[in-house]
Amino acid sequence: MEQKSDLSRLELVLAQYRDIPGSLITVLQKAQAVYGYLPEDVLEYIAQSLNIPAARVYGVATFYTQFRFQPVGKYFIELCKGTACHVNGADTIARTIREDLGIGDGETTEDGLFSLKYVACLGCCSLSPVMMINGETYGSLTSAKVRDILSQKRKEAGADV
Amino acid sequence: MFKIMVGQGSCGISAGAGKVYEALQNAIAEKHVDARVSVTGCIGMCFLEPIVDIYEDEKLTRLVCVQPQDAAAIGEFLQTGDERAVARLKIADEDSAFLEKQTRIALRNCGLIDPESLEDAVAHKGYAALREAVTNRTPEQVIEEIKISGLAGRGGAGFPTWFKWNAARQSEGSPKYLICNADEGDPGAFMDRAVIEGDPHALIEGMLIGAYAIGAQEAIVYVRAEYPLAIKRLEKAIADAKAAGYIGAHIFGTDFSCDFRIKAGAGAFVCGEETALIESLEGQRGMPRLKPPFPAQSGYWRKPSNINNVETFANVAWILQNGGAAFAAMGTEDSKGTKVFALTGKIKRGGLVEIPMGKTLRDVVFDVGGGMRGEKNFKGVQLGGPSGGCVPAALIDTVIDYKKLSATGAIMGSGGMVIMDESTCMVQMAKFFLEFTTKESCGKCVACRIGTKRLSEILTRICGGEGREGDIELLEELCARIKENALCGLGQTAPNPVLTTIRYFRDEYEAHIREKRCPAGECAALVKYAIDPDKCRGCSLCSRKCPVGAISGEARMPFVIDDTACIRCGQCAEVCRFGAVQKG
Repeated sequence: MEQKSDLSRLELVLAQYRDIPGSLITVLQKAQAVYGYLPEDVLEYIAQSLNIPAARVYGVATFYTQFRFQPVGKYFIELCKGTACHVNGADTIARTIREDLGIGDGETTEDGLFSLKYVACLGCCSLSPVMMINGETYGSLTSAKVRDILSQKRKEAGADV
Repeated sequence: MFKIMVGQGSCGISAGAGKVYEALQNAIAEKHVDARVSVTGCIGMCFLEPIVDIYEDEKLTRLVCVQPQDAAAIGEFLQTGDERAVARLKIADEDSAFLEKQTRIALRNCGLIDPESLEDAVAHKGYAALREAVTNRTPEQVIEEIKISGLAGRGGAGFPTWFKWNAARQSEGSPKYLICNADEGDPGAFMDRAVIEGDPHALIEGMLIGAYAIGAQEAIVYVRAEYPLAIKRLEKAIADAKAAGYIGAHIFGTDFSCDFRIKAGAGAFVCGEETALIESLEGQRGMPRLKPPFPAQSGYWRKPSNINNVETFANVAWILQNGGAAFAAMGTEDSKGTKVFALTGKIKRGGLVEIPMGKTLRDVVFDVGGGMRGEKNFKGVQLGGPSGGCVPAALIDTVIDYKKLSATGAIMGSGGMVIMDESTCMVQMAKFFLEFTTKESCGKCVACRIGTKRLSEILTRICGGEGREGDIELLEELCARIKENALCGLGQTAPNPVLTTIRYFRDEYEAHIREKRCPAGECAALVKYAIDPDKCRGCSLCSRKCPVGAISGEARMPFVIDDTACIRCGQCAEVCRFGAVQKG
């Protein structure tokens, strides 16, 4: 394994859940919150610590859409592809993002600024089409609005540097 | 003293309610008005968010589509009492009708109370039914009351709640678990989210009553990780209820003790199926178990468990307070009480609608929802998400009742109601849902894993202009096999969107297959774009916009689209200011 994650950052989580049966998913969620994604060595380490075969840990992690195995960009875009958004033009929004950022579902821009993920439903159907960036919801999207939001984020990132 | 409530459900917040809240606080401080601003949950009128309710004693002034810059005008109104300051923000009478036509039981406190305040919940009768149940009634009497009410599972299956409770009560084994399914994965539905965000104590109280009835020692809410706000509010509500002694040991000084916790799901639609949910609770992949044994006999950790949906639990305290008979007085022979629907799509007034069973789809779509948004005609309504079906405009007078809706080929489902107009292609709609179920199939049984994949391939082919004679029959046969052989509800109902669209919109399938034409104009591969030379002014905007350079022409002369190069993205039609780009 090439990567070397700082495994000590997991100690508290593991200490809390090691003896509670059925906690694997919770541990994976906390691990993802720590590292931003689930690196291979972290999965390995969780398997050892919980005494669960690594194959099962990986099986559970890949079963659920919440878990990621690659680092994500500074801005994590979740584009809703639920029914209401579908009817109200989510595909057009997906196309706009692709044009603007050059990325599709599950991809990250080369500069590491944006990642995109299609999600089933964010539950804000009345504001469809909807996307969420780092947990903040943007509703009633149009192509123009999406371009504005993305360029706004780009500016913000520029200001940070 | 004014009491000001700012609607802060997820939808209100995404419409900007958080900024409005801050601006109002500043305005009030500036004007030294005696007013308290607080947060409330989703009032259900998502189309008017952000909403600000101002109470002066009993008198309510409801302001809609409020922006932060309106705070000054609101401050002036509070200071002077002059309504003219906020006249432009006041809700229109026809929009008020949206709420007036509803009967709210599950949503009784949503939009009225501060979901983060236990005191507020208690002031609205919160935990009174629990107190009465554990101190005055036996578990059997509670189950009997629920039986009288006729309450049935609101998650979609419509199974009688009392029967499940009774089975779990009768079941040998200890400990017992009571679980709430808040894994609202149906795309297009947000009833459960609204209840948890708007009135979390109603859910907790309903669950505790259920736990008392079946004899459970622990109650668990399995909630979607995609609902961070709901989780946050529920966590606070649980902590407050624990501190107040409503959760824990010897509740209300009785022998009834019950723990309570949240488990965040990790994103898998199949976990809405109760045995898959249990697997997931145990830290496994969410793959359904064979039934029987049912969870009432062998559920979480193989112990007796009972699982109900959020909306089901949200009705329970009301039923105990008002009597099962009052609940059963609403509805039809077969379906009692009310049902919450999430009304979305091409509808004028979208949001949360709770109405008594026995009303018609027309009542919801036209009376409450105000009909279509835009000029296109109503085409149909999709009910029940990926497990449901499309009911056409001709059946708009169908009565809302478990059996009557099932007879159309759709289902009541959890309450997603997506309105479609003529621009929605029904083959695309079926394809959309089958792509979803293909992705979400857990892979345990062949019928679902491979069957949904094949269905979605055939539908993709039809939408792509490569449909073949016999495809419709092939789809029908495949659907029948999947329904027969799939292991769980996900697979058994996955063909419904295909079957109902074939049943009611067969001509659309035929147009795609035989004429290579998409009547709704949605299937990109079957649509052609052309420029009307009479309307084109030769501004070249479309040509500059075209990502593949398929449009050419000379300035101030009509432009032309090269059909062989066109990728049917439709951007030319979008940007044209003269309506010259025709889609056909």
